[in-house]
Amino acid sequence: MKKLLIALLFTFVSTGAYADGHSPCGVTDGSIKILANEFTTYRIFMDEVKSCAGPDADFSVTHSVDHNKLQVAALSANPAEFSAKLVTNGSITTLMNDNLIRPLDDLVAKYGSALQDNQKIVIDGKIYAVAFMANAQHLWYRESILNDLGIAVPSTYEEVIAAAEKIKASGKMANPYAGAFKSGWNLGQEFVNMYLGHGGDFFKAGTAEVSVNNAKGVAALNMLKRLTEVSNPDFLTQDTNAVKEEWESGNVALMHIWNSGAASLLDDEGDQAIKADTRLAPSPSVGGGSKPATTLWWDGFGIATNTSDVNAEASFRALLGAATSTEMANANPNATIWLIDGYSPGDTAGPVVDAANRGATPYPSLPYMSLLHGALSTELVEFLQGNESAEKALADVEAAYVAKATEQGFL
Amino acid sequence: MPHRTFFWFFFPSGLAMLLFIGLPIISSFFQSLHIEPEQILMEVEKCDPFGCKTETKVDIEATTKLQEEQPLGRFNGLGTYGDRNHLAFDEIKEAWTNSSSMAEFTDILLNLPFYKALLFTLTFCFAVTPPVVVLGFIVALSVNTITKSLKGPTIFGVILPMIVTPLIGSLVLFWMIDAKGILGSFIQFLFDDPNLSLKSSSQLTWITLIIYGIWHNTPFAFVVFYAALQTVPQDPIEAAIIDGASRYERVRHIVIPHLYPVATFIILICLMDNFRVLEPIIGFAAEGVAQSLSWMIYNDLRSENKMLFGSAGATSMLTIIGVAILLTPVLIRTWREFRTER
Repeated sequence: MKKLLIALLFTFVSTGAYADGHSPCGVTDGSIKILANEFTTYRIFMDEVKSCAGPDADFSVTHSVDHNKLQVAALSANPAEFSAKLVTNGSITTLMNDNLIRPLDDLVAKYGSALQDNQKIVIDGKIYAVAFMANAQHLWYRESILNDLGIAVPSTYEEVIAAAEKIKASGKMANPYAGAFKSGWNLGQEFVNMYLGHGGDFFKAGTAEVSVNNAKGVAALNMLKRLTEVSNPDFLTQDTNAVKEEWESGNVALMHIWNSGAASLLDDEGDQAIKADTRLAPSPSVGGGSKPATTLWWDGFGIATNTSDVNAEASFRALLGAATSTEMANANPNATIWLIDGYSPGDTAGPVVDAANRGATPYPSLPYMSLLHGALSTELVEFLQGNESAEKALADVEAAYVAKATEQGFL
Repeated sequence: MPHRTFFWFFFPSGLAMLLFIGLPIISSFFQSLHIEPEQILMEVEKCDPFGCKTETKVDIEATTKLQEEQPLGRFNGLGTYGDRNHLAFDEIKEAWTNSSSMAEFTDILLNLPFYKALLFTLTFCFAVTPPVVVLGFIVALSVNTITKSLKGPTIFGVILPMIVTPLIGSLVLFWMIDAKGILGSFIQFLFDDPNLSLKSSSQLTWITLIIYGIWHNTPFAFVVFYAALQTVPQDPIEAAIIDGASRYERVRHIVIPHLYPVATFIILICLMDNFRVLEPIIGFAAEGVAQSLSWMIYNDLRSENKMLFGSAGATSMLTIIGVAILLTPVLIRTWREFRTER
């Protein structure tokens, strides 16, 4: 798999875009309504979608950090509230479970000549989504602070904690580490990373039976606890965007957030001294493991089942135009790792490629994973606040998952 | 009013209540008796930028067919009410037999989602309502005495917390109490503790939410008390002045008895409102440490997976029962007063 990714990321084979087939841009029929997550890279992408749709298109986009919670309700309605949704390998499963996104083979055949094969998300022989970027969480650090204190760039979480404690002891920063620990999806994701880093499996093989209450789960939780002890005491209210603000305010020297954060952290706004001092590093491993404690993600788009064919085609064309726009990708090389044909990766792509090379797994796309993620989101808080043991927290996670999975018909 | 006139007068709103409140409650109840049909899983090949592999997926065709056969889902009786996310009978029974002390049992009980939420909801209700009534009364009395020209702007200022949308109000306060916000850093300065954060501990978050609740609800009590103050008869007050009663005595023996029924009404509405607390929890990002019954319903319907209608319906029913239990003493009291007046 790792070879494949490297091959995919670094093959710049021109296939002669738009040589044949229809050009996707300049939509005049149908309305385009998109639901998307909120971060800078998506804003860049959406600007391109809008310009591809053209001035005559009926175009609107809703950016929300709560997109995952809105998507099922919004796309279940018939006609759906949105004609398209930006999806990831995490959020696509939920939509697939309920048949809320449609197969795109016809549209790809008609307009998709510029697509690379690795952009096509094929499930059971049909294309259900088109990917345009790859993402992963990894370490970021402030070079001058680490250099001043003679700290080497941490490659394990144990070293991250030692480094953070050293920075804290030096009096330079009170809370040198930051991660997106906001109770909810973000907190669940932190556990997913750390648990996979310890080599854990979420389910008993081939079943929906959960198994996180084990030594690896406890070790993962204890590591998260130690990280929160060197983080801002408000960590339970900080999502990725809040962490980025902390970074730009110079309150943090080490953080573990998304590669796509570069789009706003390395832009021309904010404190340029901090920007110049910001470095990206591979995601650390943990507990003596070799795998980095992170997950690989792709971001793409899917088209709603419950929308008219005209709207579906209009939305597909505009989104496809952006998802094959080499100019956009090369104008923003550091915004993320684009999967677009002809893109030359910027200097920020390294940590994601490194994660793939060292065997990081993609976020599990299992139909019941989001239920477990939901249980992790709420049941770990008391442990991190010191009111509960790790075993108790994990037992709660399992019990909450079982109750929900039973109600949903998975168990 | 003759019964006939009353009937026709009440009919339109009665009908609307039946259609828009009664029927949805019945439908929620039916939904709460069902759970989703079984999900049929299949193994398929999935290919994405990271490669191809065989993975599990929901068999859409088979599952859709099941769903069409049972649009409400599988009948589960009162099963959802008894599961771990609601009344958790099995877990409580187990805790009762296995725990060695009352404290341990309480610990286990309050760790269950429903009881955890119930504890916060009740605490919020009973911590917010009394101060709201007292503060609302004091503010109404004060506003009543100021000169006419200042009354308008003062009243507007006083009811502002109620006008501000709860979500916006709580968000503004959330930013102000941030460790770097104006209130947050003032509190740090006051207690001389640079690490003090209102958001970091459960207790402080609860206190913040309660203070917000009082701030938000006081204007309502004020408006009702202020209106009622205008109906206080002047004769006994003048008589009391002639008899040499102090201001405090006049309020204590004439105004307060006159306002008793109004106070009951305010308590009733406040308890009902606060039992459904939701917006401040979202605004203050306090989901982690403070969950209310309404938040549980919200969470079931906005989870990252399929909406859990059965679970949300069951929590709704339990909330309605909770409101009914909470209001019974107040309603009985009102009923008695009503009888004696007649």
